Amino acid sequence: MALLELRKLTRRFGDFSAVDNVSLSIESGEFVTLLGPSGCGKTTILRMIAGFDLPDVGQILLDGSNIADIPPEKRPLHTVFQSYALFPHMTVADNVAFPLRMAHFDKAAIAAKVHEALESVYLSDRARAYPHELSGGRKQRVALARSLVNRPRLLLLDEPLAALDAKLREEMQHELIDLQREIGITFIFVTHAQDEALALSHRVAVMNRGRIEQYDEPSKIYGFPRNRFVADFIGNTNLLEVAVTEATPTHLRLAAAGLGDIVSPPREGTRAGQKGWFSVRPEQVRIGGHLDGELENHYSGKVRSFIYVGDVTTYTVELADGTAIEALLSNSAPGRARFFEVGDDVAVGWPHDAGVFLHD
Amino acid sequence: MRRNPLWLWAAALAAYAFLYLPLLIVVLYSFNDSRLNAEWVGFTLHWYSELFNDANMLIAARNSLLIAATASLAATLLGTLAGLAIHRYKLRILPVLAITPVAMPEILLGVSLLLFFNLVFRPWLGLELGMWSVIVAHITFCIGFVTIVVRVSLLGMDESIFEAARDLGATPWQTFRLVTFPLILPAVMAGALMSFSLSLDDFVITFFTAGVGVSTLPLEIYSMIKIAVTPEVNAVSTLLMLLTLGMIVLASRIHGKAVRSIGV
Repeated sequence: MALLELRKLTRRFGDFSAVDNVSLSIESGEFVTLLGPSGCGKTTILRMIAGFDLPDVGQILLDGSNIADIPPEKRPLHTVFQSYALFPHMTVADNVAFPLRMAHFDKAAIAAKVHEALESVYLSDRARAYPHELSGGRKQRVALARSLVNRPRLLLLDEPLAALDAKLREEMQHELIDLQREIGITFIFVTHAQDEALALSHRVAVMNRGRIEQYDEPSKIYGFPRNRFVADFIGNTNLLEVAVTEATPTHLRLAAAGLGDIVSPPREGTRAGQKGWFSVRPEQVRIGGHLDGELENHYSGKVRSFIYVGDVTTYTVELADGTAIEALLSNSAPGRARFFEVGDDVAVGWPHDAGVFLHD
Repeated sequence: MRRNPLWLWAAALAAYAFLYLPLLIVVLYSFNDSRLNAEWVGFTLHWYSELFNDANMLIAARNSLLIAATASLAATLLGTLAGLAIHRYKLRILPVLAITPVAMPEILLGVSLLLFFNLVFRPWLGLELGMWSVIVAHITFCIGFVTIVVRVSLLGMDESIFEAARDLGATPWQTFRLVTFPLILPAVMAGALMSFSLSLDDFVITFFTAGVGVSTLPLEIYSMIKIAVTPEVNAVSTLLMLLTLGMIVLASRIHGKAVRSIGV
């Protein structure tokens, strides 16, 4: 049985459905991320799981029993807030002791558990400090220690890294992964940052307009997006409007306006005559002065622009009909920061097994 | 460019002089060894000792302190609850209703309270105007101040702190007792001290609602200067000023210190 199961959850604000008939199941020990643009309903779902908001329709099952009507203080789960939500008038130790006091632990047990919790986030020397004396990263650690000190069944994290700078964020990502693995508590993480979702999670639920578009492992989400929204939202991709001209068990033949034929991997449920989109990632696209005949799909064009970011350079190539294709080239060759100049005649192409056809 | 041009200093000095010179003169002449507020004769504490032997003055002082204490206590309680309610229910009309009595001309409030007491309290409860009516009137205009201060302090707080308390196992009452109340306490104290000094100083509303027989310090001073501004008036004004100033300084220090320690 799943640890947490959302069944046909709906939450409306007036005419607007913030969460629209969402069903989701999370196994014990999993690290699941709700990912989507702002306003997609991910935070509303989290607030309903925590008990700060009530669903209009649907059930929230924890270990098989519905908790949708139980007040937040009676739910065996805790939340880490984006703003950390530390109590400003209490010391770090008192903050961490708070859930233990509410659960009526005796003084000795509280002291021992607080000490242990602070040690696990490397903050035992700051026990007497007040929250405003700590840096953002340390506040985050206190919030984590406070939420984990009485071992909840489930930890909800609402964009907890959004307020940190890039370097610290990466550090905290590693810490989160280690912490989750170590203590084995189920994490539900909410973010709008797709790189964070891919890096941290066992499974990612990509959300849009109150619905879950795809719920899968990170590599499946990235490699086999189910629709145009997922392909576009996760990472960079080239999206081409296409019509299916031939569908066989081994390949699809697609007609893209102005580009000609594209051969792509097969996809179940695809028939000739269907319209849709073809998505191919920039790192799957090869770029060269001339590409030899091994690539089924190749087109010639001119370099319109490029963006150099150190490890890689992304070229935007304009094909004869004006279609722009992005191709990513690794800069691993020493001393070569870039290979092509703006205006160079180049060819771009990808093999028949790259990319994916999307119905909508 | 010079940081602090001379004219700016001069303008500031003039403004402060305008504010404080009249007060300073009152203080100065309360120590003047002369019956007339004309020329400086010499230093004396005579007027203060006279003050403390004036039975009417002492009764008025006692009344004033009693009224201020009761009214500020009640106003703080009600104003705090109102501030919490306004914050919770987010109804636009609520804050306006709380602030209106504060912004209303005092004379209007005084007249309407007098009418209200005479139309409602007297015929229905058989009560004559007196201490109780002054206290009720003072509560009325103090509530708004407390409500505003408490509400502003809540506005500056991160809402998720209160959610975090619930999330970590606190009931609504525990959340209030352990988190909300300690955090608004400085504002509540500031509101209470402000109410106390407002009540202590009030003349207009007290004048309308006191009826006959009840006197407060401002009323007593007024009745004295109808004859002449005696040094005794200067002395009692100085004491009143000192008390009010003390309250204001205390209120702002409590508030400022809390703001600093919480670091918001």
